[in-house]
Amino acid sequence: MDTSMNIVIVGHVDHGKSTIIGRLLADTNSLPEGKLAAVREQCQRNSKPFEYAFLLDALKDEQAQGITIDSARCFFKTDTRSYLIMDAPGHIEFLKNMVTGAARAEAALLVIDGSEGVKENSRRHGYLLSMLGVRQLVVLVNKMDLIKYSQNAFRRIVKEYQQFLKKVDLSVKYFIPVSGFCGDNVVHASEKTPWYNGPSVLDALDSFVTELPKNDQPLRLPVQDVYKFTLNEDKRRIIAGSIDAGELEKGDTLVFYPSGKHSKIQSIEGYNQADKNRVRAGYATGVTLSEQIYVTRGEIGAKQGELPPLVGTKLKVNLFWLGRRPLEFERRYLFRLGTAKVGMRLESIDRVVDASSLENLTRQRVEKHQVAEVTIQLERAVACDLHEDMPETGRFVIVDDYEITGGGIVKAVLPYSSTISWEEGKVTYHDRCRQLGQQGLVIWLTGLSGAGKSTIAIEVEKELLRQNRYVYRLDGDNLRHGLNSDLGFSETDRNENIRRIGEVAALFSDAGAIVLVACISPYQSMRQFAREQAKEFLEVYVKADVATCAGRDPKGLYQKAIKGEILNFTGITAPYEEPDRPDIVIDTSELTVEQGVQLLLEKIRKTEWRSLQ
Amino acid sequence: MDHLEKLESRSIHIFREAYANFKQLGMLWSIGKDSTVLLWLAKKAFFGHVPFPLIHIDTSYKMKEMITYRDKLALDWKLDMIYGQNKVVLEKHATYPDGYGTRIQCCKQLKTEALKHTLDGTWPRYRLNHTTRHYEVEINPQPFTGVIVGVRADEEGSRSKERYFSPRDQNSDWTIAEQPPEFWNQYKTDFAPNTHVRIHPLLDWTEVNIWQYIEREDISVVSLYFDQGEGKRYRSLGCAPCTSPIDSQAKTVQEIVAELQMGKLAKVAERAGRAQDSEDGGGLEDLRREGYM
Repeated sequence: MDTSMNIVIVGHVDHGKSTIIGRLLADTNSLPEGKLAAVREQCQRNSKPFEYAFLLDALKDEQAQGITIDSARCFFKTDTRSYLIMDAPGHIEFLKNMVTGAARAEAALLVIDGSEGVKENSRRHGYLLSMLGVRQLVVLVNKMDLIKYSQNAFRRIVKEYQQFLKKVDLSVKYFIPVSGFCGDNVVHASEKTPWYNGPSVLDALDSFVTELPKNDQPLRLPVQDVYKFTLNEDKRRIIAGSIDAGELEKGDTLVFYPSGKHSKIQSIEGYNQADKNRVRAGYATGVTLSEQIYVTRGEIGAKQGELPPLVGTKLKVNLFWLGRRPLEFERRYLFRLGTAKVGMRLESIDRVVDASSLENLTRQRVEKHQVAEVTIQLERAVACDLHEDMPETGRFVIVDDYEITGGGIVKAVLPYSSTISWEEGKVTYHDRCRQLGQQGLVIWLTGLSGAGKSTIAIEVEKELLRQNRYVYRLDGDNLRHGLNSDLGFSETDRNENIRRIGEVAALFSDAGAIVLVACISPYQSMRQFAREQAKEFLEVYVKADVATCAGRDPKGLYQKAIKGEILNFTGITAPYEEPDRPDIVIDTSELTVEQGVQLLLEKIRKTEWRSLQ
Repeated sequence: MDHLEKLESRSIHIFREAYANFKQLGMLWSIGKDSTVLLWLAKKAFFGHVPFPLIHIDTSYKMKEMITYRDKLALDWKLDMIYGQNKVVLEKHATYPDGYGTRIQCCKQLKTEALKHTLDGTWPRYRLNHTTRHYEVEINPQPFTGVIVGVRADEEGSRSKERYFSPRDQNSDWTIAEQPPEFWNQYKTDFAPNTHVRIHPLLDWTEVNIWQYIEREDISVVSLYFDQGEGKRYRSLGCAPCTSPIDSQAKTVQEIVAELQMGKLAKVAERAGRAQDSEDGGGLEDLRREGYM
């Protein structure tokens, strides 16, 4: 039994979640002996009709009111794997319990009552699944027996719900018409829905994919504690924590953020386990370091040479509020991300959304059950990642008056203003990168005049700036007005032109900047020179043939060149050596500017995520 | 990473969160298999150490083997062992085995009340002195703010509704409708004065997982779980008068795992041999609301 999966079942109140699970357990013969009989007997004694839901709603309160108050867990097994199914309540008052169930799930079943259709919490739960990071979803249209197994009714609901999910960026694996009450399509395919050829609920469960540990990402080890237990003369000083992503190995240099302190891993510790040289994502572990640096709970350990986490005091976030008291300005809260805990205040509310109707609401406060985009100011710097890059270190909760009253995800870390503690000694490239939360990168766009190099570079620069990256653009044309104003267009001058731009770009990259260079740079050898100077280099071939470029001719240069008014014009009277092995080709005769920009942004992101070593 | 490794890692994570957040931390220890796995996981979490006291609620009706096992383990592993009990009721002989009241009332007195007052320090606590090897009354006992308990969600209905970190109010009461949310790996670790939090590292483990882990880690458990040749063994341990053994010839951990997975126990509830459960219509809900583990 090596595989197991956590599933949450959600949906509007009374749409029949518990009944479906009860049915699933009963029809797969997963109940303890006598349990079914006992519940039936209890119903008879209390003169209540038997319901499959009672199997789960074991608490008296729930049986009295007929609603699920909490997320009950039940265990169940198929030939494929074992499941822990969390039955989340559909009543709005118990949304925090639904969140609790869903935050632990790898996949979700969402139930919609076929006779009632899509309701407020069908949508709200969908929104929350998306925000909580549940990416695998199957929707069950329940109570088909009440609507005479109508295919049209089923289709209407599918269409309506799909439209909603599109807006919250969540896709559905299957829509299944079921009846928990009669058992249709729960475990066995039903004869009453001959128009439905898809899987049963049971088959759909088995089709979910287990999330794999994220070993190929940069290391993230939130420090839970530093232990120095002295009993039995134990001399070890152990940094303990669970690895959220990546892996660590004996001998690796760990850098802790936000402090920036670093040291080598001397040993990997454990109890009753064989000696280990390496630990991967998902494991709770502990290491000793070669130097006794002062590291505390709340820092995140990363590996030198890998992409560091971001560090900041001001975060743009999306959050979901559960507090009885609204999220307000002028009130202090506790912010917890990973193992870090710091005081925070709300700085601005950018947007408040009703999670069900997706309508924009007032911006004075965030009320219970609302979703909002806000900016928060922390009292101390924390290390984190953007949720889209690394969910584990990109999500947080807010505590108000001892209670967890909200949860959310980090969308951006705004410019860093607090002081960072530097080590003694010189400031290195890595120190700069650490402060910036990025690494130096030269993005070199080469191609004919009019191919679209500058246009793409300008758009990419804007977007990177929007993502709070430290970015600078060097344009070949513009540099000829200053730095290179003494140069002409002979091969020697062209080479000197590129040499200078290459050196300048390299300096910027050493400063930790992302540099966008847009210049024709016709010679392979000089582009190679530029690559060798830079910390990290992306050669981008912005491709369009001479005819296309001459057709565009934004500056009228081709016309002049053809007339002979300009000498040594690349593509007409001077050669252009196409890149042998560019890192990426953007063919602007095929792609729109926007597509080209997206392609490059994606490539930049992948490059940044690749470990440096 | 297999399923047991996942369970182990999550439990260790929870232990460390508890230790980092609760200054007055203790762990309930009932000598049974779950408690023993819990103790083992504590040693895993803290690299061979158990940096908080173990608390045993002694009803005085536990089987003799259990108490012997407790004290031997405590001395061998240098554990900080504490026990508490309801002296008043025991001295008055006002217990179910003495013919007084129901099983549930007896549980309430000997376990729930004893637990509540041992935890908050209002009744005497007895602490093992490793030099004299005897229990001594603890001077100036402080209330525990974090209490680690080895309950599992698959045991019975009300436990399936538990959180990993589950708050209790001033009277140790559990308010089921008002449980805190748990987002990802963020738990209820902030708490108001005079309240405490129950911490449940084993919540996601099933009975089979417990035995599989005992087998994998080669953990020693009290001999009552194995058939000693009479064709009977205990599946769940409680007070002698209210716990009966089951018919089984399982003599090893391996045989127990096989019996639970494929054998005749695959569909019989674990606590079937615990008489107090059947007296309470809602599982153990009434007891647990008032503080029972």
